[in-house]
Amino acid sequence: MGGFQEQFLRGLETTVLVAAISGTLGMLVGLAGAAAKLSRFRVLRMIADAYTTIVRGVPELLVILLVYFGGTAALTALVGSYVEVSALWAGVFSLTVVFGAYATEIFRGAIQAIPRGQTEAALSIGLAPWQTWLLVILPQMARIALPALCNLWISLLKDTSLISIVGLSDIMRVAVVGAGSMRDPLTFYLAASALYLMLTSVSLLTFRLVERRMLAPLH
Amino acid sequence: MQKLMLALALPFALAATMGLAPAFAQEPMKVTIATEGSSPPWNSTDSTGKLIGFDVDLGYELCRRMGATCTFVAQDWDGIIPALTVGKYDAIMGGMSITEKRKKTIDFSMPYAVGFNQIVMRKGLGLPPTDAKAKLNLTQMAASKQATIDTLRTALSGRTLGVLRSSNSEVVVNELFGKVATIRSYDTNENMTMDVAAGRVDGTLADFFVLKTFLESKDGDVAEFYGPMLNGGPWGPGAGIGIRKTDPQLKAAFDKAIASANEDGAIKALTEKWFGMDMSPPK
Amino acid sequence: MDIALIIESIQTLLGGVVLTLELTILSLLIGFVLSVPLAFMRASRSPWLSWPVLAYTYVFRGTPLLVQLFLIYYGLGQLAFVRESFLWLLFRDPFYCALLAFSLNSAAYTIEVFRGGIQSVPPGLVEAAQAIGLSPTKISLRIVFPLAFRTVLPSYANEVVGMIKASSLASTVTLLEITGLARKLVSETFAPYEVFIAAGAIYLGLTFLASRLFNLIELHLSGAPPDKARRPWLLKLRQAL
Repeated sequence: MGGFQEQFLRGLETTVLVAAISGTLGMLVGLAGAAAKLSRFRVLRMIADAYTTIVRGVPELLVILLVYFGGTAALTALVGSYVEVSALWAGVFSLTVVFGAYATEIFRGAIQAIPRGQTEAALSIGLAPWQTWLLVILPQMARIALPALCNLWISLLKDTSLISIVGLSDIMRVAVVGAGSMRDPLTFYLAASALYLMLTSVSLLTFRLVERRMLAPLH
Repeated sequence: MQKLMLALALPFALAATMGLAPAFAQEPMKVTIATEGSSPPWNSTDSTGKLIGFDVDLGYELCRRMGATCTFVAQDWDGIIPALTVGKYDAIMGGMSITEKRKKTIDFSMPYAVGFNQIVMRKGLGLPPTDAKAKLNLTQMAASKQATIDTLRTALSGRTLGVLRSSNSEVVVNELFGKVATIRSYDTNENMTMDVAAGRVDGTLADFFVLKTFLESKDGDVAEFYGPMLNGGPWGPGAGIGIRKTDPQLKAAFDKAIASANEDGAIKALTEKWFGMDMSPPK
Repeated sequence: MDIALIIESIQTLLGGVVLTLELTILSLLIGFVLSVPLAFMRASRSPWLSWPVLAYTYVFRGTPLLVQLFLIYYGLGQLAFVRESFLWLLFRDPFYCALLAFSLNSAAYTIEVFRGGIQSVPPGLVEAAQAIGLSPTKISLRIVFPLAFRTVLPSYANEVVGMIKASSLASTVTLLEITGLARKLVSETFAPYEVFIAAGAIYLGLTFLASRLFNLIELHLSGAPPDKARRPWLLKLRQAL
């Protein structure tokens, strides 16, 4: 492949890095979003609803294009002086926004699936609300949310291919550049497919193992 | 009224320039330059992911003369101007022609090279023969030129032509053949020429050297140059460096560097290295 | 932010809605038709039937749609024997390349959605149907699938919304649907936010309509009593369905 192997390796690194950062940040956004959706305050609920409705109703490609071109201007207006947004952070930010919206819905559903009695019991034995959340709700929620989170993570891995459009050298971009300059799209896109398939397979296996670990104490 | 405004504004402007100039001179300038990265020999990406080509070589040469530290980044053509205006980078060097339309959004340095463009059509379409060595400047349309264009238009009617999105070739193709041919826009020149090779489009209009590189590649033998070499018109006076309108110091610095590189033959040498001919702008 | 430009952009971009809908609806239809028999194979206990389908869904769900689209569009175009065969009549056209990629991708997701539904149908129902002498095909199509479809309707609705959004990738192979027109407009106006916000608004409208439609279908299939459907237009729609 004319020396593109090494580039593919670096592309793989970028893809994993972007997915890992966006996934982690997206989980935090999701937790905050779910808390807002279940909050007593109407304003918070409305903001969270608007966020998930808009992001889940618009193509990921458009979110990325908007963040890439609009992000710098918005941040500059917010901070008051010029802020540089690199392609990497624009990619991370837009994927976080997307991941967070879906994670919000997953966490909200998982929290609602926990019987109310659990919260009441925790509060009645004298736990503070934050302790109730941390010790009672979150661990149970994680278990319920895990399969859906696995699917979401795999979508995220695949969505990283869209950030190649804003110039980040991920697996997809290496494939596009290689296909063009070596004039051999079949080889390069097959190689990219193989790399993505490897990433999703490793993710699936990992989640299976984690799931088994988490379920073990119950049996 | 206008005079009054000017008189009021003048002290402010002076203060601003005096305040800025020393600060500007102290800092070693850092310039990020964007290029498209798939238009050899102007600019392309090698197998290690490095950007190479005439634009890149000349860019570093100009930066050396300006005493600036430069980095090149790749950006698809259709987003290259919007991303400059929002500050993703400071300059564009991608064989970009200086045009009136682009000047509404960004500034340009003086031209650093003068290129030309040509149509490439697939062989075996049964098109009437043309003189592919002739030259045609679209700036002043004489009757004889119009006749050549009309012949081309008849020959290409009903065909499908590929163009690079947001390029001047797109403007020209839409203007000259938009009514008679189907037009498809691509993100990169390489994707477009791959479709010429595959036969999804019958031909294309693009930068002469980009197409020459394609015709000399392994699947380039299915197509050939068609019609005269074109320049002028929407392509303007040549290729310039795109700079934000709010960045006049950078424009001045580039202008100075280009003038000096053109004067001592550096541009001529680099165009000969990459294009095999002298394409330096008129002095 | 230029509100007038957003409104103007929406008007231009509405011209791409037809192509977006064409791509979405046709891909969903083809995906649906492919996925019903394949979902039964996938749900079958025989590994000979189930594994090949699993391999298909695994690969198509494990790789990005963008890669699949480029493989079909640029990859197949590279092969001389494809270019010289009758298939080229289809693959020469970016529309059919996008349609093929979207249909295969949508089928892979739909198969897994339906499989879940099929496996959730109580075996007692199938046994009862066998006892009254219905043929296996009839059991599958008249009893198992309708029940399965009802169970998985919310998941299928997500797939439909996903397809509307995924159709935006057609812009990368020269098609001028909503996103394609938006990118073209950006290159003409150099005004990315206004144009992309306009495009986002149109997609939001489309996905909202699709979700509403599926909510209504769900309501209808769940057999909600008429007094729940208070609005007369809802009643009419229910009768029409």
